[in-house]
Amino acid sequence: MKHRGYYGEFGGCYVPEILTSTIEQLDEAFCAARSDPAFWAEYVRIMGEYSCRPTPLTYAENLTRHFGGARIYIKREDLNHTGAHKANNVMGQGLLVRRMGKKRVIAETGAGQHGVATATMAARCGFSCTIYMGALDVMRQRPNVFWMERLGARVVAVNEGSRILKDAINEALRDWVTNMDDTHYVLGTACGPHPFPEMVAWFQSIIGREAREQIQRLTGSLPKRIYACVGGGSNACGIFLPFIDDDVELVGVEAGGRGVATGQHASRLSAPGAAVGVAQGYKTFFLQDGDGQMRETHSVAAGLDYVGVSPILADLHRQGRVRFESATDTEVVQALELTMRAEGLIPALESSHAFVQAFKEAPRMSPDESIIINQSGRGDKDIFTVADAFQDPAWRDFITDTARRYANA
Amino acid sequence: MLEHYLRERLREKGILLMTHIVLGYPDFETSMNIVASMVAAGVDMMELQIPFSEPIADGPVILHANQRSLAAGSSVRRCLDFGREAAARFPIPFLFMSYYNILYRFGVERFASVIKDSGLQGTIVPDLPPEEGAEYMQAMQKHGLNPIFIFSPASSEARLAYVASCARGFVYCVARKGVTGRETRFSDQMDAYLARCRRATNLPLAVGFGVKDRRDVDFLRGRADIAVIGSQTIRLVDEHGPGAVGDFIAGLR
Ligand SMILES: Cc1ncc(COP(=O)(O)O)c(C=O)c1O
Repeated sequence: MKHRGYYGEFGGCYVPEILTSTIEQLDEAFCAARSDPAFWAEYVRIMGEYSCRPTPLTYAENLTRHFGGARIYIKREDLNHTGAHKANNVMGQGLLVRRMGKKRVIAETGAGQHGVATATMAARCGFSCTIYMGALDVMRQRPNVFWMERLGARVVAVNEGSRILKDAINEALRDWVTNMDDTHYVLGTACGPHPFPEMVAWFQSIIGREAREQIQRLTGSLPKRIYACVGGGSNACGIFLPFIDDDVELVGVEAGGRGVATGQHASRLSAPGAAVGVAQGYKTFFLQDGDGQMRETHSVAAGLDYVGVSPILADLHRQGRVRFESATDTEVVQALELTMRAEGLIPALESSHAFVQAFKEAPRMSPDESIIINQSGRGDKDIFTVADAFQDPAWRDFITDTARRYANA
Repeated sequence: MLEHYLRERLREKGILLMTHIVLGYPDFETSMNIVASMVAAGVDMMELQIPFSEPIADGPVILHANQRSLAAGSSVRRCLDFGREAAARFPIPFLFMSYYNILYRFGVERFASVIKDSGLQGTIVPDLPPEEGAEYMQAMQKHGLNPIFIFSPASSEARLAYVASCARGFVYCVARKGVTGRETRFSDQMDAYLARCRRATNLPLAVGFGVKDRRDVDFLRGRADIAVIGSQTIRLVDEHGPGAVGDFIAGLR
């Protein structure tokens, strides 16, 4: 490997010896692809034909009026095939898998969005596909499990550890060290050992490249601020990095869960609880105890419920180039409700974190200024969680009736 | 010196045995009893795993032992104390095995200093390739400890040579792809792999992952120097209690 993927002190490639040659092969394939303009062109073409790219940048006129401050633009990653930015990374890696001649893909998934996206890619490319998902996430994201299985993937519920995203990553790594000869691990976020952070951020940079052009076309200038939610950090890297040299403030929003003071959250950069460590193949801020054991995390959004964070973002945090904030579960549901009522948009619970912070800041900004919120995904998948949060009585009746029908059948 | 001890010991026995336990599983007292019976049964060296919440190189048996130990409240401090006590009580070399975050959080230099002071011989850190291990190797060298590095069947000749150049004490040869605890076929293919390992280093070779009975140990005799028994003894303790360990070890060679 030419370099080991360090961003300041973060990143690296901490993998068991058995994976070294596989990672080197991946790094070579990625470097070759990146220096081949035809590869990016093919990627853009496929994303246009298969996934609705370029996704629109929507002017949120009603929200703008509601807050009476900055003009609010929304980058519509929810309009990707399968409903989230995850499709970008997945199709990009799919092209690489073809180049490497592998026949099987595996992936971890939290919210299930990355799993569904991987399953569609595998179906389209003719790869066999296994998805690892924490048992707790299987429970809270059942619709996505259903789709993954319909798409032909095998979904393995992971009952280890805290039974969420990090545990799914561990199981995927265990599969990979066993089957790497014919298997590629489609990591779903800008984390893990080098070259994953760089590679995933590169594929996701399609978001920011488009947004940069679109906002200038629509407003004649760059935005003042950009907001993105941060789980592992792929949608944030994707929209931020093409603006990194511009005079644009970048704001990452982490899961505040039940409030950072309760300890039940997944705020690694915006709250003091995390410390630098090495796990899952890379060095970054992890929510861990004094011994280095990973802590339990919590978020209403399964896709943000993760102990680590992209080394690229950890470095940008340390440099002060990206500001990090957090949004609580309650704030998130409120922002979602407002966005639905005002704009008819249904952001995913993950994405709604970015909306929370933008809504806090927009009123204090001037109407001459514009901001972009990255709507990383759509909220349909969250119907069970959202219905619960709204305590929707009709939904409860529907579920109870359906359950009764199944029980009697 | 660890290498010297191993060579002396090898002159008496055709093959050495290293066993692996997870500290604090099922509890620390039992761990110490297991060490005592393993030493009594003739084990030549032991690997003491400090549990970690994300043990990516471990299969279900060792993974669960890690989780149970942590759930029961084991701490790094307690594990270090255990190592000190074991090294003082028993006349064989002990190594710590753990994932890099445990050392990193403790402070790599401080970790090395403490384990040297405790009388341990070195460490095995499966998620720390030598490229990422500059600070670690320096600390180990400073304290006269052995950083045990790993060969794998997927390593090229150049890679084996590079890893060998960083290794001290002995080299741990992973027998196959995958995680700990699954079945390994000790076959002709393994023969060729171990011959490649042998050419890459003059250090003693340990072979682990899937070694579970006398047949496996016999296969390794002459091809390697140390057979590593990991998951199998944990399984044995799970199924038959710590009392079964002595006979099992004694029957391996
Ligand atoms: C819609 C959506 N947004 C955001 C995320 C968080 O991931 P990342 O931080 O990598 O963008 C997820 C992850 O599952 C997701 O499904």
